[in-house]
Amino acid sequence: MAASYFDVDGTLVSTNLVHPTVFYMMRQPTPLHSLAKLGRAALRAPMLALAEMQDRRLFNELLFASYDGMSEDRLLTLAGEAFDTVIKPNIYPGARELVRTCKDKGHEVVLVSGALDFLMHLLADHLGGCDVIANKLEMKDRFATGKLLRPVVAGPEKAKLVRDHAREKGHDLDACFAYSDSYSDVPMLSIVGNPAAVNPDRKLQLLASTYHWPIIRLDRAA
Amino acid sequence: MSHPCVVTIDSRSAPRTLFYGDQLMDVDLPTGTRVVYPKPPLAALKDVDAAIRYAINHPYNSEPLYALLKPGMKVTIAVDDISLPLPPMRRPDIRERVTTIVLDLLADHGVDDVEIIIATSFHRRMKEREIRHILGDRIVDRFWPKKLYNHDAEAPDGLTHIGETDHGEIVEINRRAADSDLIVYVNLNFVPMDGGHKSVSVGLCGYKSLMAHHNPKTMRNCHSYMDPAASELNTSVVRMGRVLNEKKRVFTIETTVNNRMFDRPLDFLAKNEDDLSQAERAALRALKLTLDKTPQSLRQAVFERVPSPYGVTGVFAGETEAVHEHTLKRGYDQYLVPVVGQADILVSGVPYISPYNVNSFLNPLLVQVMANGYLFNLYKGAPMLKKGGTMIVLHPCTDKFDNEHHAPYIEFVHRLLPETRDAMELHRRYEKKFASNPAYIEMYRKGHAYHPAHAFFMWYWGEAGRQHVGRMIVVGADNEYIPKLLGWETARTMDEALRMARTTAPPRPEILALHVAPMMMVEMFAEKPLKSLPGTSEPPPSYR
Repeated sequence: MAASYFDVDGTLVSTNLVHPTVFYMMRQPTPLHSLAKLGRAALRAPMLALAEMQDRRLFNELLFASYDGMSEDRLLTLAGEAFDTVIKPNIYPGARELVRTCKDKGHEVVLVSGALDFLMHLLADHLGGCDVIANKLEMKDRFATGKLLRPVVAGPEKAKLVRDHAREKGHDLDACFAYSDSYSDVPMLSIVGNPAAVNPDRKLQLLASTYHWPIIRLDRAA
Repeated sequence: MSHPCVVTIDSRSAPRTLFYGDQLMDVDLPTGTRVVYPKPPLAALKDVDAAIRYAINHPYNSEPLYALLKPGMKVTIAVDDISLPLPPMRRPDIRERVTTIVLDLLADHGVDDVEIIIATSFHRRMKEREIRHILGDRIVDRFWPKKLYNHDAEAPDGLTHIGETDHGEIVEINRRAADSDLIVYVNLNFVPMDGGHKSVSVGLCGYKSLMAHHNPKTMRNCHSYMDPAASELNTSVVRMGRVLNEKKRVFTIETTVNNRMFDRPLDFLAKNEDDLSQAERAALRALKLTLDKTPQSLRQAVFERVPSPYGVTGVFAGETEAVHEHTLKRGYDQYLVPVVGQADILVSGVPYISPYNVNSFLNPLLVQVMANGYLFNLYKGAPMLKKGGTMIVLHPCTDKFDNEHHAPYIEFVHRLLPETRDAMELHRRYEKKFASNPAYIEMYRKGHAYHPAHAFFMWYWGEAGRQHVGRMIVVGADNEYIPKLLGWETARTMDEALRMARTTAPPRPEILALHVAPMMMVEMFAEKPLKSLPGTSEPPPSYR
């Protein structure tokens, strides 16, 4: 059996990692807490922008530092609302059908995302049941430390995680598919036999055209 | 005496100007070569709208369309896509005129539940501007996109099983059409393999139905595609169409056009080079020079923007088979040029356009379809080429593909053809897996790509030609590896190609050249005729 590995942000949904993070920052126990969180995040913004350009993994680590001090209960309790408010309305038209087509063709569908695992599990359920490879927050005494558990799901690490997943599940990578919108996911796209660029950024579009990878637009209604 | 459209080259003949992709190439053909030219365009109907109304009111083997209508009924109009005619027809396209009259009639009879489906089958989805070209602004503004859309052969639950033929062929068609009380099919018949039962049972079907006949075994038994009576593909489609028509009410409207591909300033392209006036010779030289100096992308853009001034030569309506009989006859009247004696060497230019690259580039897989598929098959009766003979074609064979329209073709050519050219093996080992690629299916369903299985169909389309032709030589290829992938030899010039071909041909080989485009066909008589040929004073022949 083959597997289809999907990046999520920008590929299946129009949101990115920042949107749910802002959602959580705005729902702190008090407005003052929220203000403080947002203020600290604003101060880190230039660093985040720099990290985004340099290293996806560093960007993820800096961004998820915003969750420092949030209780696990709070994160999980608000997860449904975060999904319904932030992610669900921003699922691309066509994303659900593409996932369905993959499942109809007998593929195991796997979401591979730098987003947080509990949100990705909700998306996986919404899309009809998929496996999930996503980031997990480190917890200490049921409070987030602001750090991510290893391995951090980002950039080249995604390729290793996909390879490990395929090996564990007995998938032949040559028969597998991978879908992403971002040039930073080229390592993940390159290890499968059937890569596809979905709503690609400029650099990925060029690469996909050069290597004749299929280019799919899920961000436009058919 | 041969037909006036067959010109025999002598020592004083001018070079022939043949299509070389989107350029022209002058070639000197040996003395004695017979060059087949298209027949002059048939006279166009003077009042097309009146002809349409007459046809639907006086149909063949059917009640008139108005008598089939009841208020409140559900009607689906299915329309041929832009793959025909080639190049596209100057507006108003005949499909717009027919559909407009049908819609007015439906409205007059209180039929409001009307949807229009572009019968694309596994072809790419047409874009809105392309649909505007064939159906016009009024219809598109009223129906697009909710009630005027492209057929989707991969839509979940989008097809309805109609039945099976006694040969086990599965007949399934678009659910909306199947749920309708009446299907009206609006066809534009460009070549004899179009239309008839193929319109609905192929145009609106899914993969299960296509697999019944779009396979190498069936394709090998077509002699030719353009002669339905001798085509196993057509036989299968007819069986399926009959099952469909037994269960569903289909009212077929078919139309024919003449072969006026080029407008007046360029109509010399269809003429015998020896008969060109001084002005036409100068114009031909200027055109050739301009095309040689113009970048390919610009040449393509220019050709795409120049529709053809076809004239409508016939409108026929009613029951599918009765209608198609008349359509075929009118098509043959336009295209068939009788020729006696098969060739040892067949020469043809390959033009820039095929049914599968309207508004995009003729990629290597489609060059193969044109040569082994369409050009080889432009015959009725005996093949133009003797079994094992050599076919020489002119084309650059550039390794270029449209990434959007032909995405699956690229993988087919560069990943599968290096593995094998054997159509049976490609069919057995790769087709189903390739056809279920979700990324390609998504590009077919939501983008504008051909279905992944279509790349295989294109290879199978050349199968009858590959089985018959001994050697294929391409003149003027800009690379060696694409012809090699296709199993072709290369030559830099026509002289070189003819020298190569002569090494395996009998002494003093019979050489036949096709002067396409415009569109034409050869009615080939292998033996000396007994009575006069159509259009000549000689006796009529037997095919074999």
